[in-house]
Amino acid sequence: MTVGRIAPGVIDRHGGKSVSDEEPEEIIQTLPLDHWHRARDARMVPFAGYHMPIQYDGIIAEHLWTRESAGLFDVSHMGQLLISGDAESVPVDVALEKLLPGDIVNLGVDRMRYSLLLDDQGGILDDLMVTRRAGDFYLVVNGATKADDIAHLHEYLPEELTLNHLGEHALLALQGPKAVDALARICPGVEALVFMTAGAFEMADVPLWISRSGYTGEDGFEISIPADDAATIASLIAAQPEVKPIGLGARDSLRLEAGLPLYGHDLDAMIDPAMAGLGFAVPKRRRAEGGFPGATIVCRHFAEGPPRKRIGLILKGRLPAREGAPIFDGDVEVGIVTSGGFSPSLQVPIAMGYVAAGSAVLDRPLQIEVRGKRLDAVVAPMPFVPHHYVRQGS
Amino acid sequence: MTTFYTDEHEWISVKDGTATVGITDYAQAQLGDIVFVELPALGADVAKGGEAAVVESVKAASDVFAPVTGTVSEINPALEEDPALVNSAPETGGWFFKLALADPSELEGLMDAAEYKAFCEGL
Repeated sequence: MTVGRIAPGVIDRHGGKSVSDEEPEEIIQTLPLDHWHRARDARMVPFAGYHMPIQYDGIIAEHLWTRESAGLFDVSHMGQLLISGDAESVPVDVALEKLLPGDIVNLGVDRMRYSLLLDDQGGILDDLMVTRRAGDFYLVVNGATKADDIAHLHEYLPEELTLNHLGEHALLALQGPKAVDALARICPGVEALVFMTAGAFEMADVPLWISRSGYTGEDGFEISIPADDAATIASLIAAQPEVKPIGLGARDSLRLEAGLPLYGHDLDAMIDPAMAGLGFAVPKRRRAEGGFPGATIVCRHFAEGPPRKRIGLILKGRLPAREGAPIFDGDVEVGIVTSGGFSPSLQVPIAMGYVAAGSAVLDRPLQIEVRGKRLDAVVAPMPFVPHHYVRQGS
Repeated sequence: MTTFYTDEHEWISVKDGTATVGITDYAQAQLGDIVFVELPALGADVAKGGEAAVVESVKAASDVFAPVTGTVSEINPALEEDPALVNSAPETGGWFFKLALADPSELEGLMDAAEYKAFCEGL
């Protein structure tokens, strides 16, 4: 997510795509918590077709607060989908495995997985979370791609299945080491969830669907709320002393430090799961059996190695490299930066990008060109900042 | 000493033919946390409206334009160690560079403090 919002004149020239350039004539919609954010002095920017809060106090302060305590993020722009059907005649899990390379058939009830919507070439159309619930499957897809995803699912899922878009639901993420303390105080029972599990809860008589998941690398929860009750729930959570509302700017710097790819930047239809290093999303059984879009290419790339790979880079100095900056290995241009910024936790510039497989070697010195200068960088393991998920048995 | 402002949100403070240039408080607030400032080389000639510096915030890079034509006579050494000075003291300690003015008449088209305040309120 490139969410530059710059004063007129002091223009966002090097920051890659500015949001207004991406969405020239589009009408920007409002989300259920629009007033809630404005009442808290959020700076609102257009993102994925919606007015979204990019920051409140400042990206660095919000970022560090989330790493130390708990941050509340509004991610209501994301698409929440329900897929159901007659489990006997047309099992939803079997149908989903024809579109996704993950193990859906063996996914337990109230358990979730990260997966990918692939095209015929194995190119990534979107990344998403899929949860098996008692009576249906709950998917969370990216905001900017949700309309295309819905069309894709309508086209390729058996017509006996029912697809519902929960357009009247907000989605909050509460992330950070103290998220569990804050949420369990007002919603007892959530502490029993472990990473990548979910369940139905209630807070202030509002029915909620809560998962222990997120996209910051921290422990935390994602909370689906009927839109009419979103402000009530957001206020209850934000009233906890551990919690501050956090904007999209810090969400981006947090996920970059966590080494998590962002769709539309680090993932797109030209990238397959092997290139993206998302092997965990294509388990052994699926690689052996195939049966998902682009399986031949994807499985070959996993077996033989992809031609280019997603890598992490730590830069020397303080000048960040942004999306689009070319990467050199000696004199040879070997790739491109897909996300880059300044790491508030590490206090150095970090980046994610794709390079030819031969250059995707840990600790290899590479150079990134920024405004005609070659900056020294080194291939670094991701995550840049360790994950702190609360897993089963921990 | 007289301070002028541009519609690109730079300030320029002139004394004895030398101008000090920085970005305004409004600009730093819009940019957010600044993590790096790329300054022009000492002795570089900059043209009115041309790119003179780049400000990197956590999120994005933004150009800073020269409000007037001139030759860079000094750059702010403090910004290398502490680029956040641009956030905390944009119109004092967070100055960017000094210029020997090539044509003082170029200052005439710029805004004064009251005009700039009204300009920002209209945004």
